Amino acid sequence: MTTYYTNEHEWISVDGDVGTVGITKFAAEKLGDVVFVELPDAGKQVKKDADMAVVESVKAASDVYAPVTGQIVEGNGAIVDEPAKVNEDPEGAGWFVKIKLADKGQLTGLMDKAAYDAFCANQ
Amino acid sequence: MTMNSTGRPTSIAANGGSGTDVTVSGSKGLLQAEGLIFEIGSTDKTGVDLAKPKGTKNRLGGVTRGAPSGLPGLTEPEAVRHYVRLSQKNYAIDLGLFPLGSCTMKHNPRLNEKVARLPGFADVHPMQPQATVQGALEVIEELADWLMKLTNMPAVAMTPKAGAHGELAGMLAIRAALIARGEGETRKRVLVPVSAHGTNPATAAQCGFIIDEINAAADGRVDLEDLKSKLVDSSDVAGIMLTNPNTCGLFERDIKEIADLIHKAGGYFYCDGANFNAIVGRVRPGDLGVDAMHINLHKTFSTPHGGGGPGSGPTVLSAALAPYAPVPFIVKTDDGLRFVEHHDEAPESFGRMCAFHGQMGMFTRALAYILSHGADGLRQVAEDAVLNANYILARLKPVMSPAFEGYCMHEALFSDGFLKDTGVETIDIAKGLIDEGYHPMTMYFPLVVHGAMLIEPTETESKAELDRFCNALASIARRAVQKDPSLKTAPHLAPARRLDETRAARSPRLKWTPETATLKAAE
Repeated sequence: MTTYYTNEHEWISVDGDVGTVGITKFAAEKLGDVVFVELPDAGKQVKKDADMAVVESVKAASDVYAPVTGQIVEGNGAIVDEPAKVNEDPEGAGWFVKIKLADKGQLTGLMDKAAYDAFCANQ
Repeated sequence: MTMNSTGRPTSIAANGGSGTDVTVSGSKGLLQAEGLIFEIGSTDKTGVDLAKPKGTKNRLGGVTRGAPSGLPGLTEPEAVRHYVRLSQKNYAIDLGLFPLGSCTMKHNPRLNEKVARLPGFADVHPMQPQATVQGALEVIEELADWLMKLTNMPAVAMTPKAGAHGELAGMLAIRAALIARGEGETRKRVLVPVSAHGTNPATAAQCGFIIDEINAAADGRVDLEDLKSKLVDSSDVAGIMLTNPNTCGLFERDIKEIADLIHKAGGYFYCDGANFNAIVGRVRPGDLGVDAMHINLHKTFSTPHGGGGPGSGPTVLSAALAPYAPVPFIVKTDDGLRFVEHHDEAPESFGRMCAFHGQMGMFTRALAYILSHGADGLRQVAEDAVLNANYILARLKPVMSPAFEGYCMHEALFSDGFLKDTGVETIDIAKGLIDEGYHPMTMYFPLVVHGAMLIEPTETESKAELDRFCNALASIARRAVQKDPSLKTAPHLAPARRLDETRAARSPRLKWTPETATLKAAE
C-alpha cells in the first residue's frame, strides 16, 4: 500500500483500485479539536480537487477535497458519531472515505511522504 | 409573610443556593450568579394572582388541561431581579468598546431611539389602511431615496430583513434576470473570493448556483490572474460576489476592472455591503459597476444589533436588475403613496420575501441617523472609522503582527505570527481581553490569515478609549511573548472561567429537563 499526499492536506492510501482518504496529522493539528464531520454518501461520484466532505473544528469549518476522481465506496461512520477520532488518529482510524479510483494515473501528480513533509515545513 | 386572598406567597423566599467551590451562593462579590428560570422558580408561585372570575362557563368541551403545566412561577420582584441580573451579564456597546471585526458595533445615538418610539411610527400596524400610514410610507420612501443617492443606484428593495436576506434578494434578482435572458439553466457558476463572508457562498448555493472560489493574492486582495483564468470559458458564469472593503479590511483596488471583466463575461456583480461603513459618503458603489448590494442598516446606520435584535438589509439594484425587485414596493400616485403588492402590477418581480414591508423600526432609526449626520457627517463617519482602525494598527504594530503591509480601511487585521513558539494561541489572547474587561475581537476569521485577530473600533470611539484598549491588548501581547502561563488559563476574573468549547460543540446540552438539573447538581 502506498500513501500519497495533496497540498490541501489530504492523504490517500491505495490498495488495488480503492483508495482510503483522510486529512493529515498536520491538518488535524492545525484545525484543533474537530467537532463535526459531514461525509458523502456511498455511490456518489467525486471529482479530483472538488470538495467532497466537510470538517468543522472549534476554530474553523473546512472543505475536504477529493484527491482523485472516482466513486465513494463507503464513509467512516465512526468519525461522524465521534469526531474526536479525527484528532486521535487522523492517518489511521480517523479516515474519511474509501474511493474507487477512476484513473490511477492521477496519483502520479500527488506528493509522497518526504515531499509532503517538506511542503508542511514551509507552511 | 404577606399572603394574598388565595394564599400564594408573593414575597421572596430564601434562595436554595447551588453551591460551588468559591462561595456558597456562587456569587463573587457583587457579581451575582443567576440560575435558569426553571431552577429559581417554582410551580406554586406567581407574580400576579387573580381571583377566579365568577359566572363564567367552560366552553372547551372537555379538552381543558387536567395536569398542571409545570411552568415555573416567580414573584414580581424575583422576575424583575432575574432579568436585570441577566442583563448585567451582557457585554454591550453601551458598556464599552466592542472590537468585533466585520460587525461595525458602533454607538447607537439615543435620538434614533426617541424618533423610533414616536407613536406614529411605533404604534402602526402593517394591516392598517395605507391612507392612515402615509407618514410611515414617506419615511420608507425618504430612506430609499438616501440609500439610492449614497450608492448611486437607480433602485432599492427595502424589504430584506438582514444582511444575508439582502444577499438573497440580490442573488434572486440575478437569477430572475438570467432566466429572463433565457440563460437560467446555463449560467450557474458564481465566483466567490476565499476571504468572503460565509453567507456569500451559502446564499449563492441556496439560489441553486455552483460556487467557484477565487484565490487571494499575497496582498490580501482578489488574485486578478486567478479570476481571469476562471473567466476563460465564461459561458456558464452567473456573476461574482465580492465584499469591498473586503474581510481583510482592505479596499479591492481592482474593483472597477473586476466589474468590467464580469460584465464582459455576461455575469452580474453582487457586492456585499457589510463594510459600507468604511466608504459611505466617499465612494458610490454604483460608480464601480455594482449590480446589487445590500446595506446593513444595523451596522452602517447604527441601530441596535448584536443581541439577536432586528436587522435590516435593503438591497440597491442596477437598472439591469431593478425590474426583478421583490414586492411590496412603494409607488407615488395622485392620492399619495401606496404599496405595489401583487404580481399583476409587477409581472417581472421575482416575488415576495416577507409578509409585510420590512423593518419599520429600523427604517426610522436609520433615517434619523442619516438626517442628523447629513451628507458631510456621513462622509466623516467613514473617515473617522478608517482613521481609528489605522490608529489601532499603528499602535499595536510594534507588539503584534499585522496581516498585511500598509494602511487598512475600517478594521485592523493581525495574524498570530508574533505568537510563534510561545505556546500562546489566538484564543488565549481573546480570553485575556475578557479579564481586561473587553469583549474579544473577531478571531480565526478571515480564514486566509493564520490565527486571525480582526479588530473594528468604529468611528464612535474616542482617542482616550482607543488608547485604553490598545494598552490592554499590548500588555496581553507582551505577556504572550514572555510565555506567561496564566494566559493559557484566562479568563481569571470573569464569572465563568475557560469553558470547554470542544465538549460544548461535541455534546451540547441545549434543553433543561429535571434530569439535567440532577446531573448538574451532581457535578
